[in-house]
Amino acid sequence: MTDRYTSFVHHGFGKTLAQKLGLPQPVPLRRHTPSAPVVTGPVLVLSTAPAAASGDSTTGASAGEHPPSDADAVATLLLNGLGSDELIDVRRSPHTAEGTRWGTVIVVATEVTHPNDLAAAMLPLGQVLRGLGQCGRVLFITRDPEEADRPAVAAARQAVISTMRSVAKELRRGATANALVLGADATVTGTPVLSALRFFLSPKSAFVSGQPVTISSDAGHVPENWDRPLDGQVAVVTGAAQGIGAEIAATLARDGARVVAVDIPAAGESLARVANRIKGTALQLDITSPDAAEVILTHAVDRYGRLDIVIHNAGITRDKLLANMDDDRWNSVMTVNIASQLAMNDHFLASEHFHRNPRIVSLASTSGIAGNRGQTNYGASKGGVIGMVTASAPLLAEHGGTMNAVAPGFIETTMTSKIPFATREVARRLNSLQQGGHPVDVAETIAFLVSPASVGINGVVVRVCGQNLVGA
Amino acid sequence: MPNPAHRPLTDAVIIGGNRIPFARAGSRYLGASNQDMFTAALDGLVARYGLQGEELGEVVAGAVLKHSRDFNLVRESVLGSALSPTTPAFDLQQACATGIEAFITVANKIQLGQIDSAIAGGVDTVSDAPIAVSDTLRSALLAASYAKTLGQRAKALTRIRPKDLAPANPRTDEPRTGLSMGEHQAITTAKWAISREDQDLIAYNSHHNLANAYNTGFFDDLITPFKGLHRDQNLREDTSLEKLATLKPVFGKTLSTPATMTAGNSTALTDGASTVLVANNEWARERNFTPLARFVDAQTAAVDYVHGREGLLMAPVHAVPRLLERNGLSLQDFDFYEIHEAFAATVLTTLAAWEDENYCRNELGLPHALGAIDRSALNVNGSSLAAGHPFAATGGRILASTAKLLHARAQETGRPARALISVCAAGGVGAVAILESA
Repeated sequence: MTDRYTSFVHHGFGKTLAQKLGLPQPVPLRRHTPSAPVVTGPVLVLSTAPAAASGDSTTGASAGEHPPSDADAVATLLLNGLGSDELIDVRRSPHTAEGTRWGTVIVVATEVTHPNDLAAAMLPLGQVLRGLGQCGRVLFITRDPEEADRPAVAAARQAVISTMRSVAKELRRGATANALVLGADATVTGTPVLSALRFFLSPKSAFVSGQPVTISSDAGHVPENWDRPLDGQVAVVTGAAQGIGAEIAATLARDGARVVAVDIPAAGESLARVANRIKGTALQLDITSPDAAEVILTHAVDRYGRLDIVIHNAGITRDKLLANMDDDRWNSVMTVNIASQLAMNDHFLASEHFHRNPRIVSLASTSGIAGNRGQTNYGASKGGVIGMVTASAPLLAEHGGTMNAVAPGFIETTMTSKIPFATREVARRLNSLQQGGHPVDVAETIAFLVSPASVGINGVVVRVCGQNLVGA
Repeated sequence: MPNPAHRPLTDAVIIGGNRIPFARAGSRYLGASNQDMFTAALDGLVARYGLQGEELGEVVAGAVLKHSRDFNLVRESVLGSALSPTTPAFDLQQACATGIEAFITVANKIQLGQIDSAIAGGVDTVSDAPIAVSDTLRSALLAASYAKTLGQRAKALTRIRPKDLAPANPRTDEPRTGLSMGEHQAITTAKWAISREDQDLIAYNSHHNLANAYNTGFFDDLITPFKGLHRDQNLREDTSLEKLATLKPVFGKTLSTPATMTAGNSTALTDGASTVLVANNEWARERNFTPLARFVDAQTAAVDYVHGREGLLMAPVHAVPRLLERNGLSLQDFDFYEIHEAFAATVLTTLAAWEDENYCRNELGLPHALGAIDRSALNVNGSSLAAGHPFAATGGRILASTAKLLHARAQETGRPARALISVCAAGGVGAVAILESA
């Protein structure tokens, strides 16, 4: 599972060699450590709005009689430590300190009305990109082009998202670019934006890049403790015995949830280890059995009196070209990866025990978005997950909850370590960060989506793929 | 002076259990020690019930084949598990009845209010059995170690002869008769004229019932895989009466009657470990655990097999009527019967004895026969013939499975359900117990 290439080109001879030959030079990504700051400063807040763009304030207060712009509001959020007592160095002008190594750049482009508006922020952004530190962050904030009332507005907003995608590809040294896309009911001061800023600006989003994430409303509440947003809640994680599932279980437990770790009986030995490590409970269960949801619900309600979060992580691959596909390969993948989830969700949603801000996250895959040779069955099932998530989101919203999907790209797991060397090496490098992600990257994204602060983020698919070059 | 209050008895209830699959001797668990296996069984239980860091009242278990270094096997296993290191523990041993005796012990302590919670269990491996040195070598080495001078030490060691260096293998033969358990049972089998066909049918049912229980998910919350094994290795899902009929007899070949006991209707040597979680209702309620079954009562008995008065494995036959009488029950007042299948013939001789008017009057001192039982209620999810029988681990296997069965039956019918458990053991000992749905 170790990525020897990344360590080789990071030091000494390997570094020189890679530079001389123009080889990819991935850097080890910075990841979350307890008590580390959320935001790496200094933070530059740029705006497409003329007033703020010309401003030179470091306090976030806008000059004159203009009402505070969205950029001002974002700067204020940062100055207030994003809801905690963290001290964040916020600047509004790239010129205030020549030669600064920026940790983070935020481009607030919510008020664009014409593609010509972009230049005011994008060109200053270009000026500072070379000064962006290792594992730096660029975050764009715009509004949903589909909700624009005029073609010029839609064009401008779409252009912001596309700029983000190209910037993400241009960035090097572990830096990422992503976009928050606000729906009509969402404001930059809403709790979900705060939640998203804390995720996208922090090392928790290490392997998420090139992603637009839609925030549809301001729904959500600020947790008492940002380090334990899931305190008192009960989460079920399927396929939790190893790899990504085990990491999801551990991450939700770290965030305060009591975790029911589910896996097939045959995986019980490692499942027990996972459960004991995170002080959760192990539930050996075949999720394709007709009473699976009932068993899960009974376990959660009997033991903990509630069920708040379900993570559908269990999945299988039975790869074969469609030309060589047999019944068993096709059907088993469909049953485990999507049919079982549909059946379980129906059951969960019918239960009053799952009516208090219920949250579901399902694991999709970049194969489900872009397709993958030899994975028609797998890709179909994962595409199904995306369809299911979109259609289920309003059903969960009725109870103040959400349903979202996370689509992992190349993640370093025991499963991917079995891919033949050359194929694996290519798959690993074919993304903007030129390396594979870690299971924890998927887990952190899920933890962000199920946070009580993220209720306004519903029905989205977040790719955790380092901006894989394959697929949208 | 204050007068210590008399405390009423408190119910002891089974909350659940966990075991590792049983492996055939010298196979999948080769290299795993008793401590490894029992710790794994404990950790699986802890994971199932979220008991990480909990201080339980006591953990009581044992092993029949045990290394001298494992003098504190259970406590050492607790220290290596996810339980709180302040959980007390001790070892106990009553041959094949070790597991059930461990349960009776903790259930009694819970009933008396001495502890609120406990784990009972057992473990055995014949793949990691202790191999000792010969008695002559051992006494020479001991003499040498106590010697005060070099001369004395040399003298002690010169007593050793090459033949003394051969290891003394562990034996499970009865020390007082030199007969193996199978040969003992063969005598009883012949005495009761138990047929080969009847024995094979018991074996067939055992495999069939166990396989069915696996396939319906019955063991999903009773077993945690170990070393990649996730089903009992001894289980032959595809066995048939025809196949069983082809096996050659292995015991009773020197008797005057035809030998009937084969490798198919006798239990194979196996490795494994089991645990059962027991507590009082209050402890269970505080943790939101659903009690499955209540401990009603238990009885042990022993028989004089040395002088041939009774068969070696017949002690439960004597224990059951005493238990029934004390509780005002008849042999037919049970929904389930769990009679440990040391051999298929053990189950059949036990049942035959209870059905025999003369035997019940003369040997058990009863006014009349205990009578027949409903065979469809016997070992409904398989027993030792299919699952295997790692001596001390069998009690925990039976107790946890039976408790789950009772709970399900009571849920289904809305009426309390009751089970009789019977385990025979080496030394002519037997332990029997009654559980009732909680």
